[in-house]
Amino acid sequence: MKPAGFDYARPDRLDEALAVLAEHTHTARVLAGGQSLGAMLNMRLVTPKVLIDISALAELGHIQADDGMIEVGAAVTQDQLLRWPGLKEQPLLAQTLPWVGHYQTRQRGTVCGSLAHGDPSSELPLVLAMLKGAVVLASQRGSRTLTAADFQTGTMQTAMRDDEMIVAARFPLAAPGCSSAFREIGPRRGDFAIVAAAAVGDQDGVSLGIGGVADTPAIRRLPWLDGAGLDDALNTIAWELRGSSDGHASAAYRRTQVRNLGRQVIGETQHALFNR
Amino acid sequence: MGMVGQSLERVEDLTLLRGGGRFADDLAEPPGCLHAAFLRAPVAHARIEAVDVSAALALPGVTTVITGADIARETKPFLSGVKVDAPQFPLAVDRVRYVGEPVAIVIARDRYRAEDALELIDVRYEPLAAVIDPEIAAGDDAPLLHNDAGHNVLHERRFRYGDPQTAFAEAAHVVETTVRYPRNSCTPIETFVVLAEHRPGEDTYEVTANFQGPYTLHTVMARALKVAGNRLRLRTPPDSGGSFGVKQAVFPYVVALGIAAKLAGRPVKWVEDRLEHLAAATSATNRVTTIRAALDGQGRITALDYDQLEDCGAYLRAPEPATLYRMHGNMTGAYQIDNLAIHNRVVVTNKTPTGLMRGFGGPQVYFALERLVDLAATRLALDPMELRRRNLIPGEAMPFTTTPGAVLDSGDYAATLAKAVREGGLEELKQRRTAARAEGRLYGIGYAAVVEPSISNMGYITTLLTPQQRQRAGAKNGALATATVSFDPSGAVTVAVSSVPQGQGHRTVLAQVVADELGIDPGDVVTVTDHDTLKDPWSIASGNYSSRFAGAVAGAAKLAAERLAKRMKAIAAPDLNVPIGDVELVDGLARSISNPDNVIALVRVAAKAHWSPLSIPEDAGAGLRETAFWVGRELREPDEQDRVNSSGAYGFIFDYCGLEVDPADGSIRIDRYVTAHDAGRLLNPALADGQIRGGFAHGLGAALLEELAYAPDGSFLSGTFADYCPPTASELPELMILHDQSPSPFTPTGAKGLGEGNCMSTPVCIANAVADAIGKPVLTLPLTRPRVLELLGESEPADPSPPRPAIITSSGNGHALKGNGSHIVPASPEEVWAVILDPDHLAALIPGCHNLERTGENAYRAEATLGAGPVKGRFTASVTLRDLDPPRALQLSGSAAGGLGTATGQGEIRLTPVEGGTRVDYFYAVLISGKVAAVGGRLLDGTARGVINQIFTRLADSSQSQTEPKTETMPSLRSRLPRWLGGAP
Amino acid sequence: MRYLTADAKHPVRFILNDQPVEGNAEPRLLLTDFLRREIGLTGTHVGCEHGVCGACTVRIDGASTRACLVYAVQAEGRSVETVERLAVNGDLNDLQRAFRRHHALQCGFCTPGILMSLSQLIDEEPTADEARVREVLSGHICRCTGYHGIIAAALDVLAERQAGRHV
Ligand code: FES
Ligand code: FES
Repeated sequence: MKPAGFDYARPDRLDEALAVLAEHTHTARVLAGGQSLGAMLNMRLVTPKVLIDISALAELGHIQADDGMIEVGAAVTQDQLLRWPGLKEQPLLAQTLPWVGHYQTRQRGTVCGSLAHGDPSSELPLVLAMLKGAVVLASQRGSRTLTAADFQTGTMQTAMRDDEMIVAARFPLAAPGCSSAFREIGPRRGDFAIVAAAAVGDQDGVSLGIGGVADTPAIRRLPWLDGAGLDDALNTIAWELRGSSDGHASAAYRRTQVRNLGRQVIGETQHALFNR
Repeated sequence: MGMVGQSLERVEDLTLLRGGGRFADDLAEPPGCLHAAFLRAPVAHARIEAVDVSAALALPGVTTVITGADIARETKPFLSGVKVDAPQFPLAVDRVRYVGEPVAIVIARDRYRAEDALELIDVRYEPLAAVIDPEIAAGDDAPLLHNDAGHNVLHERRFRYGDPQTAFAEAAHVVETTVRYPRNSCTPIETFVVLAEHRPGEDTYEVTANFQGPYTLHTVMARALKVAGNRLRLRTPPDSGGSFGVKQAVFPYVVALGIAAKLAGRPVKWVEDRLEHLAAATSATNRVTTIRAALDGQGRITALDYDQLEDCGAYLRAPEPATLYRMHGNMTGAYQIDNLAIHNRVVVTNKTPTGLMRGFGGPQVYFALERLVDLAATRLALDPMELRRRNLIPGEAMPFTTTPGAVLDSGDYAATLAKAVREGGLEELKQRRTAARAEGRLYGIGYAAVVEPSISNMGYITTLLTPQQRQRAGAKNGALATATVSFDPSGAVTVAVSSVPQGQGHRTVLAQVVADELGIDPGDVVTVTDHDTLKDPWSIASGNYSSRFAGAVAGAAKLAAERLAKRMKAIAAPDLNVPIGDVELVDGLARSISNPDNVIALVRVAAKAHWSPLSIPEDAGAGLRETAFWVGRELREPDEQDRVNSSGAYGFIFDYCGLEVDPADGSIRIDRYVTAHDAGRLLNPALADGQIRGGFAHGLGAALLEELAYAPDGSFLSGTFADYCPPTASELPELMILHDQSPSPFTPTGAKGLGEGNCMSTPVCIANAVADAIGKPVLTLPLTRPRVLELLGESEPADPSPPRPAIITSSGNGHALKGNGSHIVPASPEEVWAVILDPDHLAALIPGCHNLERTGENAYRAEATLGAGPVKGRFTASVTLRDLDPPRALQLSGSAAGGLGTATGQGEIRLTPVEGGTRVDYFYAVLISGKVAAVGGRLLDGTARGVINQIFTRLADSSQSQTEPKTETMPSLRSRLPRWLGGAP
Repeated sequence: MRYLTADAKHPVRFILNDQPVEGNAEPRLLLTDFLRREIGLTGTHVGCEHGVCGACTVRIDGASTRACLVYAVQAEGRSVETVERLAVNGDLNDLQRAFRRHHALQCGFCTPGILMSLSQLIDEEPTADEARVREVLSGHICRCTGYHGIIAAALDVLAERQAGRHV
C-alpha cells in the first residue's frame, strides 16, 4: 500500500503554488495536512502527477477576525484553530472542532483541507454551511469567493476549478444573542459521522444543519417549534434528505438520527437561549 | 517465597518501551533482497481467462512476476483436515473464489515499484455466480465453488451421546433458537511478514516469518514446497506484534514467498498491508446454529441438540475445520447434560478462508448455548442465573467427564458463580435495573457461564472422522510441548521454548518458573523466544495457540528445570559432603538443608560441570542442558463412541453485566461488567489480568462493533480500520476481574489457559443483557447502534410527502447502487435517441470518456476516467443495449473493470415527449466490487449521483445549442457510469 | 520553491531525536519507510498505512503526527521525535516506567505511537483527566491490552508530575 509516484513541489509563495497548479491543471493536487488525501494516495485511489505542499506557506498560515469573520488560512491546522483564543467568538466552530478526527489528525489536518475534501459526513463543511461562511479560491486568473452552498456540489465534489485552490475559509462570527449546539453519531469516537447535526438559534427561530445524510450539508431554517410540530418538521427533513444505506447504517437509521440529533441540538440551543 | 504467583514486571518491556523490539519487519534484510507485492482478485468468483504480465515485467526495477501457473508447477496443493477434491494453492490457479485471493506476485527492487507493476498486470475474468450465505451455499442448486468436490458441503457428521431422542420426547419443555455468529477477526496491529531465501544447491528454503504455529503446518508447508521438513528452515523473530491465532494464516505466504525467492533467485520479502490483511488474511468462521434443549419440570437440562453449519470461506485451509471441533468435548458447556446430539456441516462460500482466532470455536458455541439458556429461563419463568445454577457441574464431581468426553480437571463452578454474585455486586445491578425500568429506561442484565478449554489435543480434529476411518488412519493424540533450560559455564541460565510469544510476557513467566526450581533470581534468567526449526526442539503441537503456554509450555520448562535442579544437586552433594536428599537450591546457592551454613554457589557448581566433567558424579550426567517434552497424558485420541478430551485443561468463567440501551440511537452503555475466572494457578496475576482484559476487548468488539462484511455478490465491504472497527479507549468500559484458583491436576504448573475465555463469554453475555433490556431476542452480532434500533423495531413516522419527484434515490449497502430519476432534456425523443445510439455523441456526454466504440450491434466498449473529486480511475467498460423500442425505451447491461474495482449492472431508459422536450426516466442497479467497495462504500452512492448529474448537466448544456449535434441525451452510459465511477470514495 | 521530480531520489535533511540526519528519498517515500529503512530506526511501527491505527505516531515539531501520512520530503528542515528519543540517558522515562508498572503493553507494537501521543499530552496538558486521556488515546488502536493499563499509566504520570510541581 504505497502511493504512486508524483512530483513534489514545496512553494515558498502563493504565486508559485498557483503557477504550478496552472501548469499542471488536471494532474496536480494541493497537499495541506494530508489527513484525508494521504490515505487516498497510499491506497492509490488518487494518483496525481504533482503534489503541491502548501503546509508551510506562511501566507496561508493566518487566523484573523475582522469584518465579522474569522478567516482561516489554508495552512492552518484544525488544532491551531481549536487553540486560537478568539475561537470563543464562534461557539459552533468551537463546539464542533473537537469532533473532527482525532487529537493526532487535528494537529496536521487543516481546516480548509477538510472543506476541499468535501466528504458529506465531515463536520467542518457542515459548520461552514450552517454559518453561511465562504471559501476564498485563488488561481493565476485571480481569486473569487464562493459561499459554502455554492462551493460543495456533491460527494467529494466542489465547484473548485482545476487550476484553483482554497486559500482561506471565512466563518462568520456568532451574532449576538445566538446560541448553538453540535452532536454527531458515528461508529466510534473520532470516526466519520453517520449523522451530524448542528443548530444555531436566535430569538426568531433556529437553523438546523445535517451532515452525513445528503451529498452535501443540508440546512433548514425552522421557527421555534415544540412537541408534535417539531417532530413533524424533523420528520419532513429526515425524509427529504434521502440518505442512503451503507455498510455502517441503513437509510432508516439515518432518518431516525436526523430526528433524534435534530431534536437534541435544537433543544440544547433553545435551552441555552430561553432557560438561562 | 516463590516467584511463581507474583506480579513481576515484565522483562520484555525494557526493550519494547524503547522501540527496540525486534519484530519481523525490523530484522536485517540480506544483501540483494527484493520485495514482493500481491495482485488480488477484485471479484468474489470468476474464472481467470488470461493473465498478461508483459507490461509489468517491462517496468524497470521489476525482476519477476509469478502467476498461478508457476505456482501450480512448483508446488503441491495444501493438505487440509478433510480429504476432498478442492485443491488450494497460495495463488489462484484458474479460478478466484474470494475477493482478495492472490492472483499474481510481483517481485521488484522495492515495494513501491512492485505496486507500480501490479497496476500493469492485465487479468481477464469471466464472472461466475458467487455465494456468500452458508445456508444458500449448502443447498443443492447453489453455485459450486469446487466443481470436483460436487457440493459446497465438504464435511458432514452426526453425533449422538446418551439418548437425546428419548430425552426430547419426555421433556417438560423444549426450547429452540437459531443464531448466526458473524465473521470477525482479531486483527493484530502487526501484519504478516515473510522473508524467504532459496538455496538451489541443496533445494533448501530458509524463511523467517511471524508465524505462530501450530507447527502441524510446517509439514503442510514443506509438502507444498515439495521438500522434506529439514529443507524448510522456518525461523520466527524474537518479537511478534500480536497474533491471537491470526498469524497461523501466514503459512500460505511462506510457501508463496519460498517459490518467489526460488524463481527470482534472490531473497524476497513481503510485508502484508492492512487492506490485504482485512480482506484476505483470515477470519473467524461465521456459523449458523440451530440449538434445542430439553428441560424437565425443575429446569434441569436433560438434552441438547445442535445443528451447526460452519462457513469456512472459499477453501478448507488447514487446520480447518478445526474451529468446529475444538469445542467438541465442551458442547454441554458448564452444565451436566447427559444426552447430546450434534449435526455438523462445513460449507464453503465465496469469502476469505477461515482459521485460528482467539476463542476458536468458543464464541460460536456459547453464543448459541448461552442464548438458549436465557430463552429457556424466560420460558420457565426462572431467573437466568438460577437456571444456570441448577445445571452447573458440581464441584465435588471433579474431575468430571462430560457427555462428549472432555475431562474437566478442576474447579467449583457454583462457588465461583457465588463469589462473582457477591463481590461483583449483582444485587446492586438488579436494583439499578428496577429503578431504571420504573423510569421507563431500557436496562438489562446478562449472564454467561463458560468452560474455557486450553491446550488442544492434537487428536481432536480426528473426531470428524468416523471411528473406522480413525482406526485406518492411526491414532492422533497428545499435545507435545518442549522447553530447554541450561546453565552455561559462567553459571548463567538460559531458557528456550518452542512457543512463539505474541505479547503475553512468556519470557517473564518462564523466568519466574525456572527461577523457582533453580533457586535463582528471575532477573538473571535469559529466555530466548525466537525459534529455528533446524536447531531448536519442536514438535507438531509447538507454537502459541489454544492458550497452551501457562499449562503446557511453562509446564515443560518447569519439568526441564526440575531435572536440571536435580542434577545440580547431584553435582553439589559431594562438595557439600551431604547426600543429595539434603541439598536444596536457594538464593543462587546449593545448600545443605540440615546445615544451612554449608553452601556452594551455583556458579561454581555449573563451572565444575563444564570445566571438570570427569570430576562430577557419573549419575549427574554430562552437559548442563535439559530439554523436556510434556505430552499431556489425559489427551487420548477420540474413543469408539466419538468421545474426546479435546483439551488438556479447562477453566471456568462466569460473567455478568448491567447495561442500558438508549432507544433514541441504539447505543449501549455498559454500566458494569464483572468477569470471574477460575484458571487454576496464576503464574503472574498481573499478566493474567492483562490477558483477560485483552480477551474482553476482543469480546466487546465482537459484541458491538466488529464484522467483516460482505455483500450478497461477494463484494468485500470492510477494507479499512474505518470500516472494520476495533474498539478504542473511548468504547471500552471498565472491567471488574475476580479470580478463583483451583489448580489443574493435569498440568505441571497447575495453571490453565485464560486468554481466550472472554472472547467466548463476553459477546453472549452482552447479547443476553441487551435482550433483557429490550425484551427482544438477539440472534446475531455485532450489536451496532443501527442494529439495536432495528431490533427495537419501532416503526418510524411515514414520509409526509410520499410521491417525491424522482431525483435519484438509492438503496443498498454501499456497494450495491440502485437509483432512478428523471430529467427533462430540451430536445425531441428522436434527437435524444439518436444521441444514445451514436458513439461520438455519447462519448461527449460521459465525463472523462477517452474512447467509445461500437463493438457490435448495440454493443459498445468505452474507456473512461471516472470518479469524484480527486479519486479517479481508468475503466474499461462494455455495454450492451437490448429491447430497443425507438424512440421510447431501451434496456442496457454491462460491466466495467479498472484499477479501482469492477462493476456489473443494468439499467433502463425511457423517453417520453413532454412540453419543452423529452423526459428521460432512468433506472440503474449496479454492483461494485474490489478496492472502492472495500474502502469507500459509504461514498459510492453519492459519487454515483454526482456522475449522473454531470451527465445530465452536459446533456442539458449541449441541448441549449440545439443546432449542435451533441444535444441532449444521455441515457445509456449514465447507468453504467455510476458503477465504475462509483469508483470514487 | 523546492521542486522534486518523481522518479529520482532527493536528499532529505532534518533533526531526528536532536541529531541531524540525512538520507535520500523519492517524493513518495513515506516518513515511516524513511525512518525505518533509510535511517534504521525501527521503533516507529506501521499498522495500517491509512491513518487510523496510530502505531506510526511520531512528533513533528512537537505535534503528534501519523508518520504514514507524511512524506519524508515533508520532514525537511523539521524536528522529528520518535520513541527512541524518550529514554533519558539510557533510562526509561517516567511514562515508560509507568507503562511497565501498569502492564500497559503486551506485544508492544502499538506502544511507541501511544507513547508519543501521551508524551505530548502530558507535556502540554498537565491537568488532563481520564476523559481527556481516553480521548487522546482513541486515536490509537491497541489489540492486546484493552487500554486499561495505558490509561492508568498516563494518569499516574500526570499525578506524579502534578505532585512534583506542587512540591
Ligand atoms: S500506520 Fe499510520 S496510522 Fe496506522
Ligand atoms: S500491546 Fe499489542 S497492540 Fe497494543
